[in-house]
Amino acid sequence: MKLVTAIIKPFKLDEVREALSAIGVQGITVTEVKGFGRQKGHTELYRGAEYVVDFLPKVKIEAAIDSALLDRVIEAIEGAARTGKIGDGKVFVYDLEQVVRIRTGETGKDAI
Amino acid sequence: MKKFLISLALGLGLLSVGTFALAEDAPAAPAASASAAAPAPATDAAAAEATATPAPVINKGDTTWMMVSTLLVIMMAVPGLALFYGGLVRSKNMLSVLMQVMVTFSLIVVLWFIYGYSIAFTEGGAFFGGFDRVMLKGIWDNAAGTFAPAATFSKGVYIPEIVFAAFQASFAAITCTLIVGSFAERMKFSAVLLFCALWFTFSYAPIAHMVWFWMGPDAYASKEVVDAMNAKGGFLWQMGALDFAGGTVVHINAAVAGLVGAYMVGKRIGYGKEAMAPHSLTLTMVGAALLWVGWFGFNAGSALEANGFAALAFINTFGAAAAAVLAWCIGEALMRGKASMLGAASGAVAGLVAITPACGNVGIGGALIIGFLSGFAGLWGVNGLKKMLGADDTLDVFGVHGVCGILGALLTGVFNSPALGGPGFVADWVTATGIAAADYSIAAQVLVQAKAVGVTVVWSGIVSFIAFKIVDMTIGLRVSEEDEREGLDITSHGETAYNR
Repeated sequence: MKLVTAIIKPFKLDEVREALSAIGVQGITVTEVKGFGRQKGHTELYRGAEYVVDFLPKVKIEAAIDSALLDRVIEAIEGAARTGKIGDGKVFVYDLEQVVRIRTGETGKDAI
Repeated sequence: MKKFLISLALGLGLLSVGTFALAEDAPAAPAASASAAAPAPATDAAAAEATATPAPVINKGDTTWMMVSTLLVIMMAVPGLALFYGGLVRSKNMLSVLMQVMVTFSLIVVLWFIYGYSIAFTEGGAFFGGFDRVMLKGIWDNAAGTFAPAATFSKGVYIPEIVFAAFQASFAAITCTLIVGSFAERMKFSAVLLFCALWFTFSYAPIAHMVWFWMGPDAYASKEVVDAMNAKGGFLWQMGALDFAGGTVVHINAAVAGLVGAYMVGKRIGYGKEAMAPHSLTLTMVGAALLWVGWFGFNAGSALEANGFAALAFINTFGAAAAAVLAWCIGEALMRGKASMLGAASGAVAGLVAITPACGNVGIGGALIIGFLSGFAGLWGVNGLKKMLGADDTLDVFGVHGVCGILGALLTGVFNSPALGGPGFVADWVTATGIAAADYSIAAQVLVQAKAVGVTVVWSGIVSFIAFKIVDMTIGLRVSEEDEREGLDITSHGETAYNR
């Protein structure tokens, strides 16, 4: 089992969600985050006070998946989230040791 | 501390109830009561009676307008100024700003009723009034059911003195709330209240007396009494300073106090390094809009009547604010490529501040020019001047109210001139005739305005310094570093604004 985490541009969320549903990913968790990589921030000006804001709003998607699905999931996220411009984001893949469905108590692949 | 507060509250309560109850045995003849900005005609001079002074008749239209104006000014403070200031601070300090505005406002209103109105608007000396209206004694006679009249600027036209006192209460209170912007986000709540009480007593009330107290048009019954009546006016009024709604009394007065406070309280922790961006410019805009609308009461209400001069003040307030919004936006766009919401809101306030002393004293074109110039002046005040002054004037009280107040006060002397479309001023109150256009000297009037500005700056500066020192030595001005970091809402008031 793998945990796939992707940081994407906020307006790409719907596209990525649909792409993941299309290949059979049943559930995802979404968080609003901020961060930066190579994409520069912006400057805000309030009367005389100038603020350089490095952090840009992003969206983080996490999905627990069956290892067999991994390549197709990465491809789906990449394809849906790409704009070609700086700041598109990254995909991180973690090994997932255990998953439990709370309602039924199922574990492992049955719980994904 | 708790016991002290409880006894203070009980004491004040008993004192007010007791003296208000006792104070209602006003003299039967209203003319005999010493009073307000303008007492009813004096009865001691046979000459005065011989020239058939008009009997005081309360004008209903004027009274209505004055009551409405009072409401508008109250709205300017709560919620207008509260939101304007509140939106500009970090969310962890939002409630502290709202509290400081609302509670200071309330405190000053109460003190105004107790003694403030008396020392500002009764006969006394050139710098302070007297104690004839302590606890508003004599302002109405509950047994006889009569109400003392207050003069306006027209002979024989009166409004109830109660309404005048209420109107002026809103002015005194909002002036003190202006100051809190300078030391927002780091000052102790109790220190704010104590400072405002002291400053109100020794700076606001006397300057209001100096600029606005006079004997009223009906006191000028004949040529023989003119000198005597003039001598009873406030120090700056006698000098001929023109301040329709309070450029000196309110804006410059408060701005200097704020600047002194900013120096003495010190900069916020992390100033210049940490992000201190406004948390809600949306609320700031709401506040600015409430200020703009309310300002019509502040300015046009200062005419004390619903007449042509109120109308002039009304339209000048309108034009100056609009022109200043444009000017600030243009200035910002030129300076940094973008006009900002904060700039537009600040521009409106800048124009309104500048037109405050001028509103009933200049023509419509003059008002537009004053507004337009103040937009640029305010922009400089919060940028270039702020850097020069080096103080952490959190919400730019001096940058906007000080700079634009001074500009407006001086330009009043320019555009008051009939040659530049202004109404001039009344030169002879016996006949209520204005100064002849040929006799008007812009240079002379601007000099008078400058003197008034100078007196206000020095007086307010000294009083503020002493008051802050007293508060510092007794209560302490600033909250602890941990409290400041955590936020004043939680540490001073036990609440969060946005439940995080």
